[in-house]
Amino acid sequence: MRNFAKLVDSLYFINSNKAKAGLLINYLKTTPDPDRGWAIAAIAGDLHFDFFKRRVIKELITERIDPLLFDLSYDYVGEMSETVALLWSSTIERGIKKDNPDTINAVPSLHDVVTMFKTLAKKDVKPYLAALLDALSPAERWALIKLGTGGLRIGISTRFLKKILAEYAKECTPNNAVDIEQIERLWHAVEPPYCDLLAWLEGKEKRPETSHKLTFQPVMLAHPLLPSDLDKLDLADWQAEWKFDGIRAQLLRTEKGAALYSRNGDDISKSFPDLINKVLSTDLYGRFDGELLALNPDKSNICEKDNYAHIASFNQLQQRLNKKKPSKALMLEIPVGFIAYDVLDTPSCEYRGLVLKERSIALANLLQPYKHIDVYPSELLAFATTEDLLNLKTQASKLSNGYIEGIMLKNKLGKYVAGRPKNQWYKLKREPKLIDAVIMYAQRGHGKRSSYYSDFTFGCWQDGQLLPVGKAYSGFTDAELKKLDTWVRRNTLGRFGPVKEVKKALVFEVAFDAVHPSNRHKSKVALRFPRINRIRWDKPAGEADPLENLIKLIAN
Amino acid sequence: MHPEKWIKTDKNGLYCKPLDAYIDPMQAVNNAIITHAHADHARGGHTNVYATQATLDIMAIRYGEDHAKATYALEYRQMQTLNQASFTLFPAGHILGSAQVLIEYKNQRLVHTGDCKRQPDDTCEAFEAVPCDVFVTEATFGLPVFKHPDIEHETQKLLDSLALLPESCHLVGVYALGKCQRLILALRKLGYHSPIYIHGALLKLCQLYQRYNIDLGELVEVAMLEDLSILKGKIVLAPPSALNDRWSRKLPQVMTAMASGWMQIRARSKQRRAELPLIISDHSDWHDLLRTIEEVNPKEVWVTHGREQALVHQAQKMGYKAKALSLVGYSDNEDAFVDEEKR
Repeated sequence: MRNFAKLVDSLYFINSNKAKAGLLINYLKTTPDPDRGWAIAAIAGDLHFDFFKRRVIKELITERIDPLLFDLSYDYVGEMSETVALLWSSTIERGIKKDNPDTINAVPSLHDVVTMFKTLAKKDVKPYLAALLDALSPAERWALIKLGTGGLRIGISTRFLKKILAEYAKECTPNNAVDIEQIERLWHAVEPPYCDLLAWLEGKEKRPETSHKLTFQPVMLAHPLLPSDLDKLDLADWQAEWKFDGIRAQLLRTEKGAALYSRNGDDISKSFPDLINKVLSTDLYGRFDGELLALNPDKSNICEKDNYAHIASFNQLQQRLNKKKPSKALMLEIPVGFIAYDVLDTPSCEYRGLVLKERSIALANLLQPYKHIDVYPSELLAFATTEDLLNLKTQASKLSNGYIEGIMLKNKLGKYVAGRPKNQWYKLKREPKLIDAVIMYAQRGHGKRSSYYSDFTFGCWQDGQLLPVGKAYSGFTDAELKKLDTWVRRNTLGRFGPVKEVKKALVFEVAFDAVHPSNRHKSKVALRFPRINRIRWDKPAGEADPLENLIKLIAN
Repeated sequence: MHPEKWIKTDKNGLYCKPLDAYIDPMQAVNNAIITHAHADHARGGHTNVYATQATLDIMAIRYGEDHAKATYALEYRQMQTLNQASFTLFPAGHILGSAQVLIEYKNQRLVHTGDCKRQPDDTCEAFEAVPCDVFVTEATFGLPVFKHPDIEHETQKLLDSLALLPESCHLVGVYALGKCQRLILALRKLGYHSPIYIHGALLKLCQLYQRYNIDLGELVEVAMLEDLSILKGKIVLAPPSALNDRWSRKLPQVMTAMASGWMQIRARSKQRRAELPLIISDHSDWHDLLRTIEEVNPKEVWVTHGREQALVHQAQKMGYKAKALSLVGYSDNEDAFVDEEKR
């Protein structure tokens, strides 16, 4: 535990990737199994269980410290784990602890900690955790709480970690090393503490056997493209498709069953048994990359012929995503479909090595018979010039009630490569919509922005009154953030817990992708992906937009 | 007469009617009592300034000899009468020359600490608890999350890193006044006797400290070096604003450290891009703030700036009458103070 905490602490503060890689490789070399595997899983975010709930941590600390002081501290630090890690010291010094007979003297290993939390009865978690926190330093406590609540974010992406594992493999067996692509494909089939994976990387064992499992494989991602960069492309080499506003998903069907994964590899099959069962009822086999979309129950065809009128909003889809066990009624009210962008493999063929041109033809043929289960191949759009493309982009907003976000441009000669390869896939998003709104409330940010007022609620006018329409956290520079923070402090009217009400005097130009009707806000509208486009220091609040201007922007 | 009747706060700061003077005013005023020379407490342009000699000397360096029409250098513990009341300065342990102000008027005693620190500091006289009716304190680190470790412990972290990475130039962000000199002294005490390299902005204040017989050892201005590669494995001190500036890019293999009480909060270290955070503060931490209130044991506690709400709450729990003055203008954090220094 001690060495793990030290590693995490160093990784957190060090900026250079090279130095981070050095630290990690050194840790892999000097730490025995299974500790090092647990550490990798923790850093990769692949420990799929919580040692303890955030609630337990909160209970422990509020039993030991004045609730107001806790609230103020949490508000200031902006992060629960760190707040508790720091506050815990004051509970020990002030002699409040000693309600715990089983004091821990030696700090246990990471493996011991993991095993303890995995096996402890629910009622024993709290005293063990308290004893552990007593025995640790603030930095170690922080690492434990982050680890235990599954929120260890220390600026290391899973992709970067796999790169480091590949580097480590190369150091172990310079002549015959496993490369990153091989690691990527195996990754979701192995489980912490990864003893088999590490032995394979070190050349001590064969590749772990995985064919008996349903597992996710990493997807190919796109870079954004500015319209002005279109001229740089030789359009003959590119194909265009719609960019739908659902969630990116991977659909897998093998002899073992069917599964649906989010783009990060989370298994979301349970939320979509309707789609899974429909797939299982057919003889469709293979691994498909695509977009999961909510559909309108009363319209029958998803496809291009009726301008995608069948597609429902992202908000609708979110209701399905939120349910681990959707009711029949919900599945009837919000059915889902899958538009496949690509095929990765089928039992008879590995497609990833083929170029996109060939994959697209294969995809269309493979999926042709399955429209009745709402699985479709993505439509290839006809175009000849950059102007055609820009027109398509504009057209995107008008189709399907505005649930198409723009277009994708894909290199026809590219293979399917996991990650975000350069010059392969581009997304060309439609222009955002804009509105001038008045900032009403501010809250301190979290993480990097803790202690700065960086989360803003803004509103539009109706009958001389401001009604909140959304919240935004992004779109300004660090310098603007400081200026906004000062403005909030100088213009505070009141306080509701961590929220400050401010003078209704500052206007934001807010950019957003779409407006939907909503019952969450008093204003009855909800914005999709709002961000601050400009701060209008110059504009009087009275001249901000009335709410009706927003309502007019609701699709249809 | 209760101090509430003769002390008020306005846009200039804290004003004492019978003295007809402000303490640490934000704007130029007629009579100013200055607790210490940090830029958010000491400004130029007053008519009469009352402060310790060291504070006046630092103000002269920062704002020029003519920063006030008249200056009055006061000794600690020497009572000064001004208009209808009198005041006395006592050591605050914050930085060189820092003082608390005791005001006595009509049988009531009010002590204003300015900023203060209880940890040992060889660059200034130690804080002295002065009995009073109303105790006016800051609350910069007024939350129980703040617990400043010993400066030796934090300084050793810097030396350990230097031993681990002997090729790296260790660039440490320090506030020019106080923190810089205190860190140098801590390094010397731990047996580090190599030259310490400093940014030009720190030079004059270091020289002043040396004139006050504080032995900082050999200091070399980075601008005087012809070959910067000799800075590998050396310690370079610079104001925080220079850490991520062009200035630091010319240094070889930089390891960035930052010495500040804020380094206790991870996000603050990240905001500064400090890879080696050193928790060194010239303010009282939570525990010391409470200890000070207990030792002074006043009838009432007033809190000027910082995390007022928490300290007021805790003081009330400890049985004191307490309120926040909510003075605007004092930098809520040292970061703002640094930005000021840069201007």
